[in-house]
Amino acid sequence: VSDELKPVPLNVKGVRVGPLSRREAMQWVMSAVAASSLPARTLAQEKNPPPATPAEEGRNSAPQEEAAKVPDPNTNRGYGTDPKLLKMYKPGEFWPLTFNASQKKTATALADVILPKDNLGPAASEVGVVAMLDEWISAPYPQQVSDRPVIVEGLAWVDAESKKRFRKTFAELSGEQHRAICDDVCFVPKARAEHTSAAEFFSRFRSLCAAAYYATPPGWEALGYVGNVALERFDGPPQDVLDRLGVTQTVK
Amino acid sequence: VGANYQSTTVHLPPALATGNLDIISNAHCREVTLNKDGKASGVVFIDKTTGKETRVNGKAVILAASACESARILLNSRAANGRDALANSSGKVGKYIMDTVGAKLMGQVPALENLPPHNEDGAGGDHLYAPWRLYKEQHAGKLNFARGYHIETGGSRPMPGGSNPAPDDFTQGSYGTKFKEDARRYYGSFVYYAARGEMIPNDDCYMDLDPKVKDKWGVPVSRFHWKWSDHELNQAIHAKKTFAALIEDMGGRVLESKDFTPAGSIQNPGYIIHEVGGAICGEDARTSVCNGFLQTWEVKNLFLCDGAPFPSNADKNPTLTIMAMVWRACDHLVGEAKKGNL
Repeated sequence: VSDELKPVPLNVKGVRVGPLSRREAMQWVMSAVAASSLPARTLAQEKNPPPATPAEEGRNSAPQEEAAKVPDPNTNRGYGTDPKLLKMYKPGEFWPLTFNASQKKTATALADVILPKDNLGPAASEVGVVAMLDEWISAPYPQQVSDRPVIVEGLAWVDAESKKRFRKTFAELSGEQHRAICDDVCFVPKARAEHTSAAEFFSRFRSLCAAAYYATPPGWEALGYVGNVALERFDGPPQDVLDRLGVTQTVK
Repeated sequence: VGANYQSTTVHLPPALATGNLDIISNAHCREVTLNKDGKASGVVFIDKTTGKETRVNGKAVILAASACESARILLNSRAANGRDALANSSGKVGKYIMDTVGAKLMGQVPALENLPPHNEDGAGGDHLYAPWRLYKEQHAGKLNFARGYHIETGGSRPMPGGSNPAPDDFTQGSYGTKFKEDARRYYGSFVYYAARGEMIPNDDCYMDLDPKVKDKWGVPVSRFHWKWSDHELNQAIHAKKTFAALIEDMGGRVLESKDFTPAGSIQNPGYIIHEVGGAICGEDARTSVCNGFLQTWEVKNLFLCDGAPFPSNADKNPTLTIMAMVWRACDHLVGEAKKGNL
């Protein structure tokens, strides 16, 4: 569990849920990587993923650079060994994590603006979304490597914009001030030209946060997913669903 | 717990328990070796951890390296004359590579938005599978392709995770509680159709050895040649048009390009990863590599136990057929060995 995440136990259908462990976060990254070619994942992929920005060497502390190399098909060199999913790694043990304290603070504030605590469920940061985001952008696979500069530069933009407009970091702003910035960048087709990059970042950030949030039991509940339970018998779709669709159950 | 079907939990443990099985991992097989009688005597492999060349000997050799790799090993092995590729007196090693014909289309159906939460978990594919159905039309000459495809469906309300359930062009950039409401609204409203169809083997789809490129162990790599016939292209177009009609008949919107050209309809060869053929079985040693027992015509104690012997490729996934054929091949191998025929 990431050092800055305060465990907030939640009770979902009798299952106690805290922030996800490092192992769970890695499993999420790995399973998302493995599943990226399946139809269900394709459905949710962005129509226009932001173009990969060239990774800037030395942007963050140096150790990441070694892990974060995209495999070169011409040299037979891959990205190394994948983590063992049954082993408990300490945060940053297998591949170094990316976020520093201020990036983590900004990411937490923005993730919670996008997925706030409300009647549909907990805030993003309460279920480990920021820790998973950090795992994602620190992983050495091609998609993750290309996401990293987008997220890191985007968070820097968010704080710079907050200071320019309100003389405070994003995490220190009021809800109204958060909305003032987010409204300008929340949808690429409607963003002004000077906000295009920021809007592309926002889109990717929201997508990754949602991918992480809805991988948690509280996220499932927020979405209306009620599966993965043992059934004594299966009676087919419930009557109210059939009524809404105007169809009749014919198979008994 | 062994509750799932896979070789590591189902087949290997009892085989290991006999004490007659050694598993050598990180072994990159380069070629099959022959003895002075022209029978297979073993294989040469490269230990990938040390780079060392190693030989193992056996009374019989079974290649099960996957269709294209088994064909590559045969092409990299020398026949008894020391010149030609092994088991290739028919010239058919590497020929008639097939994949499954693939086509797909995705859509979104407003009628499925905001449905009351309900459990749709279970086997994949929405509990629905449509086998090929247009035999009558085909017989009446109404279709411009032979063979057929089955339809697999996707969508429903599966366990979320690892993906954003609410793409931007649906949410129009919402965030906050509005985004969570949008995610709930669109979850379960996406549908997906995939066709898996039969490919007819042809002379233009084959592999041979690249004369120049070698892998990092110095073994020549495979080179693939491909050309769909009109049967596959027209089948994929038919499938994609069928899917567009299904989505639109439900009041839905097609979310991918409605490009019904051949290139816009068929998925790339190799994408469905059902590659079979390359060392086809048959009744005649002049036109096939092995017999119906997957035993090569040229070398009695050499068997091909993967998809390489497939002389055709039905629309169904090949694994179970491979297993059935290999079962029969192994019975034959044991019987022939006992009779001293190998």
